[in-house]
Amino acid sequence: MEATVTRTGTEGKTWGGGNEPLRVSYGKMMMWFFILSDALTFSGFLASYGFARYKFSNSWPIADEVFNHFPFLHGVDAPMYYVALMTFILIFSSVTMVLAVDAGHQMKKAKVTLYMLLTIIGGLIFLGSQAWEWKNFITGTYGAIQTEGGNILQVVDDEGHRVAIADFVTSTPKERLQHERSNGLWFVDEPTIPAYDVQDVINSFEANSGLLIRTQELTERGEKVVLTRQESLAKLKDEATGVIEGANLVSNEYGNPLFADFFFFITGFHGFHVFTGVLINIIIFFNVLLGTYERRGSYEMVEKVGLYWHFVDLVWVFVFTFFYLV
Amino acid sequence: MSAVGHAPVNDHTHDDHHHEGTFITKYIFSMDHKVIAKQYLFTALIMGTIGIAMSVFFRMQIAWPAESFKIFEIFLGKWAPDGVMSPEIYLALVTIHGTIMVFFVLTQGLSGTFSNLLIPLQIGARDMASGFMNMLSYWLFFISCIIMLGSLFVEAGPASAGWTIYPPLSALPQAIGGSGLGMTLWLTSMAIFIASSLLGSLNYIVTVINLRTKGMSMTRLPLTIWALFVTAIIGVVSFPVLLSAALMLIMDRSFGTSFFLSDIYIKGEVLHYQGGSPVLFEHLFWFLGHPEVYIVILPAMGIASEILATNARKPIFGYRAMIASILGIAFLSTIVWGHHMFVSGMNPFLGSVFTFTTLLIAIPSAVKAFNWITTIWKGNLQLNPSMLFSIGFVSTFITGGLTGIVLGDSTLDINVHDTYFVVAHFHLVMGISALYGMFAGIYHWFPKMFGRMMNKNMGYIHFWITIIGAYGVFFPMHFVGMAGLPRRYYDNTAFPYFDDLADINVLITIFAIITALVQLVFLYNFIHSIFYGKKATANPWNSNSLEWTTPVEPIHGNWPGELPTVYRWAYDYSKTNEKGEYVIPGQDFAPQTVPLLKDEEELNH
Repeated sequence: MEATVTRTGTEGKTWGGGNEPLRVSYGKMMMWFFILSDALTFSGFLASYGFARYKFSNSWPIADEVFNHFPFLHGVDAPMYYVALMTFILIFSSVTMVLAVDAGHQMKKAKVTLYMLLTIIGGLIFLGSQAWEWKNFITGTYGAIQTEGGNILQVVDDEGHRVAIADFVTSTPKERLQHERSNGLWFVDEPTIPAYDVQDVINSFEANSGLLIRTQELTERGEKVVLTRQESLAKLKDEATGVIEGANLVSNEYGNPLFADFFFFITGFHGFHVFTGVLINIIIFFNVLLGTYERRGSYEMVEKVGLYWHFVDLVWVFVFTFFYLV
Repeated sequence: MSAVGHAPVNDHTHDDHHHEGTFITKYIFSMDHKVIAKQYLFTALIMGTIGIAMSVFFRMQIAWPAESFKIFEIFLGKWAPDGVMSPEIYLALVTIHGTIMVFFVLTQGLSGTFSNLLIPLQIGARDMASGFMNMLSYWLFFISCIIMLGSLFVEAGPASAGWTIYPPLSALPQAIGGSGLGMTLWLTSMAIFIASSLLGSLNYIVTVINLRTKGMSMTRLPLTIWALFVTAIIGVVSFPVLLSAALMLIMDRSFGTSFFLSDIYIKGEVLHYQGGSPVLFEHLFWFLGHPEVYIVILPAMGIASEILATNARKPIFGYRAMIASILGIAFLSTIVWGHHMFVSGMNPFLGSVFTFTTLLIAIPSAVKAFNWITTIWKGNLQLNPSMLFSIGFVSTFITGGLTGIVLGDSTLDINVHDTYFVVAHFHLVMGISALYGMFAGIYHWFPKMFGRMMNKNMGYIHFWITIIGAYGVFFPMHFVGMAGLPRRYYDNTAFPYFDDLADINVLITIFAIITALVQLVFLYNFIHSIFYGKKATANPWNSNSLEWTTPVEPIHGNWPGELPTVYRWAYDYSKTNEKGEYVIPGQDFAPQTVPLLKDEEELNH
């Protein structure tokens, strides 16, 4: 440095100004801070989930019983197999994203294109899988009986295996209540008639002597409480008010409705993130194809969307842990 | 030197190509930070006018319950049959007043205006890191304003569950009219507001980190920048949690989930909601809500620090302690939210933990208050309006802060919880204080924004009537609160116990009306001065910071030619050499762009 130049007194200092102290461009830093912010939104959700789960820790549904479907294996109990697969696919799409970013550093357009494409495919498979998980959860498997207090009762045989309501109930024909103009309710949708009502369930339950009722309470060993035959019958007659099949935001055949609420909401919010991630990846993919970054001389955009993509994956790891594993 | 960091990639030197945009690109969809700052300011002033007008309306109802006023008939229409304000609209006015003032005026009016204006100018940058995102941030803010104002015209009324929108009141349209479409619009508006605030904050943070000019080290930054920088970080950390709460409330309201609702009977019918907890909402809400008050007050603190030092012609006292206390406040702000919930049914033990963390905030706050006082101690005070408002800020911050010690203590809080004592406390400590900070900032940087000066005499009228009026409103309110009068009540005539307080409520309302009216003097002064004010000189306040080295006529890119280089901190006021003379002869300030003179010691601040 020449002697005539006035010194600012901060030369050589990392935070002295006139440089990038963290050695990152502003765009990448914005992505990091955005991720911080978004992480706190998810933390809010997951903390709420933990709060609800703690409150109902003695009656929370057992995830292994809820998520036990696998494509083409009907009726086979495959707890967590499919969600493990889709998690693996999502994490693998993170790996391909890393490879794309690395290829970008080496300015290899063809490789970036290939790895971006693989990442997009991984994301799409994950989204499809999540839709399939939702579909299974919404349809339900066995069905349950709702009580006055809003709890659910499930049916098991004397060996403790679950029995689907559809399998033992014989339904009786029912009169459909029709709204008419004369009673002023013509504009209200009529509910669809369920195939069987509570009375059918109780009658059929009485007729099948091998059936027992399982409540949503958990024992100390983490298993659901199974009532004796007498208790089962009494419980059914005293408290049963309705039949639930599947799960939605209002009722849930697997147990506490909050389980379904949080499942739909958090995986939905995460799925929305994956969806936007895939969209952004597609845009970047086409930019790569068009040679935009080749001309720009830097594949930093790939790096930025990569950060977002890894974040979305990381969030899934947490969602997966809290909803499925623990 | 080149070994340190990267060279800034985006050092766009704009001076060689002058931008001549159309009216639309220059003033409406502008990406220039100075224009965006003005857009924020104008929007916030309009919102503030509406918010203050609302407060006058409901104060009139409190003072003269069930009295008929022509003005209610004009403005409230069907909500004021025969000019008598209805209870529904009273609650709605209180709610929307709170929302507008907290978010749309004090958050974006302060942070939005002054971050945009000052960050590039005071750190020596051409513009914000991303002009486009900056523009997006403003227009999202604008949309959220429109939606919020639009909700005032909804048939069942705007949101009326209080600005804290606690469920179940806010969640069930059957509960009150305002929890129908009005609340949906409120939540939509806030979700957009949060997106806007996030985009803005990201920009502020990375601009301060990456775009400081040569020599502008972190410990040479004016305290305004430190305050705005940390405010942006708090915003990035706390607003997303409000987003979680808002989204979950939207789900509860519109899609039937039970996150915050449980066991509710309406008209003998049991609703399906089962298992949720309204206290959960309070936790999520106040995890934002408390940092939010620091988002509001920190920019005002930064502005006051800068203006007090400039107009006392003295270096700021305890510069590093000021920075440390800003950081301390920012950290503590995230662990004290429970003090809003002492009587919510939260575990009392947790209450005592929150009492402890809350009282810790007194330390950095007191550090700041004492530093302001010692800064102006024996200073050569230039009592112009911005200085007066800064001193007023220190005054109200201390007055309001002292009652905070009472409210922060869970055992004492029970006695005054949800009374006018609380209302008086937070209006003084964050409402009035932040407004004073905003006024101080407007008077101080008006020449930078519009190239003209505001009228001083009107500024004095504005200040003195405002400070007397505001204390006149909120000082007696403490006693009303201690007498037990609950907040948010439509009228108190049903309780003979409160009859004694009727007169003092009239007094408060009269002060409120006078204070509101004198803001018109400010508005007149503001608008008139934009067009007819005295032409400003380049550095009207003899200030050290970089924004006064730019030409009076603002240009795109801020500085013609090269960016200025910084050689000293921003507070070399009245600095003398060993002989007791000013380091620059005949001038009691040394701007940051002046290199250290021969034999001059850099102040070891």
